[in-house]
Amino acid sequence: MKRRLWWRSFWLHLFLTPLALLWLAPLWLMFVFSTHPEIAIFSTPTPILPGNQFAANLQSLQADTNFLRSLFNSVMVAGIYTVLSIFLTSLAGYAFARFEFWGKGLLFSLVIATLTIPYFAVVIPQFILVAREAKTLLAILIGMAVFGGIAALLAWLRFSPTLGRALWVGYAVAALAYLFLGVPALREAMTFDFRLTNTWWAVILPSLANSLGVFFMRQNFLSVPMSLLEAARIDGAGEFRIFFRIALPLVLPAMAALAIILFLASWNDYLWPLLVLSDREMQTAPVALGSLIGLTRVSWGGIMVGAVMTTLPFLVLFLFLQRYFIAGITAGGVKD
Amino acid sequence: MKRSATPYLFLLPYLAIFALFWAWPILESLLLSFQNTRVSPPVWNLSINWGRILGDAAFWDALRNTVLILVIQVPLMLALATALAVALNSQLLRVKGFFRFAFFAPVVVGAVAYSAVFRLLFNQNGAVNAFTGLELNWIFDPVGAMAVIIITLTWRWTGYNAIIILAGLQSIPKDLYEAAEIDGASPWQQFWRITVPSLRPVLLFCLVLSIIGTLQLFTEPWLITNGGPGTATTTLGVYLYRQGFQNINFGYASTIAYAITLLALVFSIIQLRLFGRES
Repeated sequence: MKRRLWWRSFWLHLFLTPLALLWLAPLWLMFVFSTHPEIAIFSTPTPILPGNQFAANLQSLQADTNFLRSLFNSVMVAGIYTVLSIFLTSLAGYAFARFEFWGKGLLFSLVIATLTIPYFAVVIPQFILVAREAKTLLAILIGMAVFGGIAALLAWLRFSPTLGRALWVGYAVAALAYLFLGVPALREAMTFDFRLTNTWWAVILPSLANSLGVFFMRQNFLSVPMSLLEAARIDGAGEFRIFFRIALPLVLPAMAALAIILFLASWNDYLWPLLVLSDREMQTAPVALGSLIGLTRVSWGGIMVGAVMTTLPFLVLFLFLQRYFIAGITAGGVKD
Repeated sequence: MKRSATPYLFLLPYLAIFALFWAWPILESLLLSFQNTRVSPPVWNLSINWGRILGDAAFWDALRNTVLILVIQVPLMLALATALAVALNSQLLRVKGFFRFAFFAPVVVGAVAYSAVFRLLFNQNGAVNAFTGLELNWIFDPVGAMAVIIITLTWRWTGYNAIIILAGLQSIPKDLYEAAEIDGASPWQQFWRITVPSLRPVLLFCLVLSIIGTLQLFTEPWLITNGGPGTATTTLGVYLYRQGFQNINFGYASTIAYAITLLALVFSIIQLRLFGRES
């Protein structure tokens, strides 16, 4: 019996070890290539040990793209996004987990349904919203008004159904007017007078509609004992006070996992920042790096330095915080 | 509980963003797909884009390439991920930390960074040819380019799926295996009779995620092969980007986007029909 187990273990390691080394090879070579001049990367035999050209490669990368500035942009965008997104999704997740209200089922299924809708279905209108002149701001205001209206209306409905019905008709008229008059007006002049583009906000705002985060936070708030919150309520604490003082601290570990995943997703995002950031000074690190790939005059060593600098911090963090990364991923993955 | 506006106040900030940047754009995309946006201002023309897409050879090429990746890469990756998850979960495995790190590390690497690395590795004078003695010009060969995309995707996403499957494995009750062991079932029998059936919902979840991910594949083919050679690795995502943001034809790009959405819907319905009733 023992002997059979030994053989099984032997075969297991024999199968896994070469595969694991193969899996690590691209990461190792990325690091090695970042320390060699381009001529060495393309010579035979391929270098497999680090050289001493990292600083020179970094210099050429910096000259090509102002990479340090783009790293700064990436940190700011991912940082601001993470903080705001955590805040918005926990507020919404808390509402879905802890309150009974009119329209809850419908709203929640609407939010969850978007998880299976490809991102491409929204990317063009998102771009139009963000890229067009001052109309963008107008559109944001209208959007806020419309949905502020819905929320206020739903609340009102609970007190006076007659008035509520009348308001529903008014709302339907307003929504139709918005659809058929407001939107064509917003889109009328197709001139590219960029307003939000080339700002951090252009990247951050649309990604804040993160339904997975809402779902994740809702699941975690569901596991908070209701009796604790009820006790605070009886003691006379306001709803927001209960949320910030009691509910939030209880889900901190889950929030940490979500924060790590959100930061990473934002840090690595490519398509959307590519669309809305054309100015070299405003580009995030992946966009800056992507702009170099395929250009022949640029050094591959430099590109590898960029790849290392955007990856290495997370590999190191991953070594120490594996548990949190994995908690975030098993919660259902994150769109990218 | 007394009636109040409180829950709506909690929801308002998120819903405002959601309405503006998701709910409205889903509708707007549909409206755009029925407009001719090549003239200024755009005009309604119900058939111009949908009529075009039916006869557009480039679109069908992109669809074929995407489906090719779907039927080759996704099953390959899920099988490998399942094998890895079972191996990593094994009591017999030593130095678990090392193996987990090796397979899970790609999870934190961004698409641009690994696309750059794999483009370099599969260069004609690159490391892969140097180590294997091949002289393939991967990126400029239609089959080679597709192989590189598939290898790259497998490298990046296998560990990710293995993490999800591993979580599923750990929720299978241990006594099922103990009972099977007593009945004399071999590890192989245990795998097919206990592990695979118990993992079904998790594997389905991974399958759905992978299908949606593949349908919107953009960064890897764009940066590694630029969709080429010819249209050999032009995916739906690359084609949408070309039409929408290089040719600035938002109407037609919206039509492509909706075609992708419809495909995702069809796959979801098939999946529900086949497996929905049991779970």
